[in-house]
Amino acid sequence: MAKTVIVSCGTAIATSTVVASAIEEAAKKAGIQVIVKQCKAAEIPAILADGADLIVTTSQLRFDPGIPVIKGLAFLTGIGTELVMAQIMEVLKK
Amino acid sequence: MPVLDFLKQEAICLQVDLGSSEEIIRLLGGKLHALGYVKDGFIEATLKREASMPTGLPLGGEYNAALPHVDIEFVNKSALALATLTHPVVFKNMVDDSEEVPVRMVIMLALDKPKSQIEMLKEISQILKRPETVRALVAAQTAQEVVTILADMAAPPVNSS
Repeated sequence: MAKTVIVSCGTAIATSTVVASAIEEAAKKAGIQVIVKQCKAAEIPAILADGADLIVTTSQLRFDPGIPVIKGLAFLTGIGTELVMAQIMEVLKK
Repeated sequence: MPVLDFLKQEAICLQVDLGSSEEIIRLLGGKLHALGYVKDGFIEATLKREASMPTGLPLGGEYNAALPHVDIEFVNKSALALATLTHPVVFKNMVDDSEEVPVRMVIMLALDKPKSQIEMLKEISQILKRPETVRALVAAQTAQEVVTILADMAAPPVNSS
């Protein structure tokens, strides 16, 4: 069954677009089915209600969503990208 | 280079000496507003968003960057504005607003559609991933130099992590 990843940032137009595309590409390469839902940080609770497996965010999360949260700045800055991608894949392969 | 399609020469402000993130957002937002790319209220909305959800980005190299932007409703047509600073100006970290990031390069994003301009956004992240490109941009003295630096960015970096 496909895993659902919520990719969030402040406005859901800029940084999360870059992160969502990186995750989609990597999942495809790894043969993992993912549904990527891009949203504003403020919209996360509403999207969580439909169920999700992981949140990758480039903005600060001010609550505990009850599922793993990974910071996605690496996809913008290139610092530690492999490590972050490995953490994401680990969650998605479960 | 899609970035160059959006980066307006009239909105490139190099080697500016300003004291706060607000002054930079007002400078770049003012340029984009004067050029007609953004609506009235863009600057105030961007400042508000920066205060609640900052856009400072610590990079691997010598210099850091910030990417102020706001919801699409304040934008007429997608465009980019660029400022480089002679002295670092503090933005708050995107993922931790208790952390201050001294910034020498600011790329203001005005985007008119969600999930649009993906190639341009990816290119911006390619720029940020290359300390040598950031350094060259921060050192640039003319808009023409900026265009040359960006046009010369060839293939994606091999692996910068």
